[in-house]
Amino acid sequence: MQNEQLPVGSTSPWWMAALALIALAAWAAAGAVLWHERAESQPANPFLKIATVLQHPRCLNCHPRGDNPLQGSYNHPHLMKIARGADDKGAVAARCYACHRDENNDVSGVPGAPHWQLAPVSMSWQGLTPGELCAVLKNPQKNGNRSLTDLVKHMDEDKLVQWGWAPGKDIDGKAREPVPIPHAEFVSLLKEWVSLGGACP
Amino acid sequence: MFRVKSFSFEYAMPQDKDSAMPTLSINNRPFDLDVDPAMPLLWAIRDHAGLTGTKYGCGAALCGACTVHLDGEPVRACQIQVRDAIGRKVTTIEGVEGKVAAAVQGAWQSLDVVQCGYCQSGQIMTAIGLLSQNPKPTDADINNAMDAIVCRCATYVRIRAAIHEAAKNLG
Ligand code: FES
Ligand code: FES
Repeated sequence: MQNEQLPVGSTSPWWMAALALIALAAWAAAGAVLWHERAESQPANPFLKIATVLQHPRCLNCHPRGDNPLQGSYNHPHLMKIARGADDKGAVAARCYACHRDENNDVSGVPGAPHWQLAPVSMSWQGLTPGELCAVLKNPQKNGNRSLTDLVKHMDEDKLVQWGWAPGKDIDGKAREPVPIPHAEFVSLLKEWVSLGGACP
Repeated sequence: MFRVKSFSFEYAMPQDKDSAMPTLSINNRPFDLDVDPAMPLLWAIRDHAGLTGTKYGCGAALCGACTVHLDGEPVRACQIQVRDAIGRKVTTIEGVEGKVAAAVQGAWQSLDVVQCGYCQSGQIMTAIGLLSQNPKPTDADINNAMDAIVCRCATYVRIRAAIHEAAKNLG
């Protein structure tokens, strides 16, 4: 015998479905307005701006995920397969200081700053979201046992960190792009972040 | 993206150069050099001390031909400045000596490593630096140390074999 049952839904009038759709759209729009108002009334987490500095190639190239430093504006592996080595200062007989002095060499384009080296593996930042980066940065087991205040001091005063704002010229004599926020503004953002208890986005 | 530009390197002596003549210890000999302290060590070694075994390849830390030892560690003389070497021991291919240097020299000869020879001063100085700190290097250790020294004649296979041979002879 033939099944005479009608397809599901065919018993509901069309206008009921339309009404449900309109209600859903209105609910979503109201939600969006509320969310937007709340976002506007709450200042953005300062770490979102801080992350743009930390994940800029000038910083990230020495905070790689693996055991080789990165180079350039596109985070390509360091030419000549330079390796991290046991102490993050290069392999035996291929140490960072064999080429990188304590200041930029604008003739050859070899960058330099005091204690030129890779960040330890625990401070690998490559590929992290701002939230993940924030969590890693403030974790004393991963950040060299630094408190939030120590972190501000480190990023304010360390000569190798400061290099990100004065990265010299490349081999073609063109100025390297510095990190995107002026140093004073970066330090103020860090202090603001610390005053919020190091809240992560 | 990995374009390597070749460029000529001309060093102009600044007018306001420090009047004190830097003294360098090169191969255990003192050299009073009438040079600017910011001069690349390579030019002081080659043009002023007259030790031409150390070669100029790129001037940009890209080839390793200019490798010398500073306090026993391989460094690139085209990047290190004269002032960095004051009060320290500079050793060039002409002055390298000792058990490790002899083992490297012997292995290089027995395996006939050299082709044109231009890069070999840098290769040998780096190999001695490696074996002095790591007398039994693995292939990975050799790669990490030697990858950055370019050989246009591609003697890499013999270089690796010679480093293993030198390590074996060092016991
Ligand atoms: S001349 Fe090429 S690394 Fe110094
Ligand atoms: S032997 Fe010719 S460049 Fe190395």
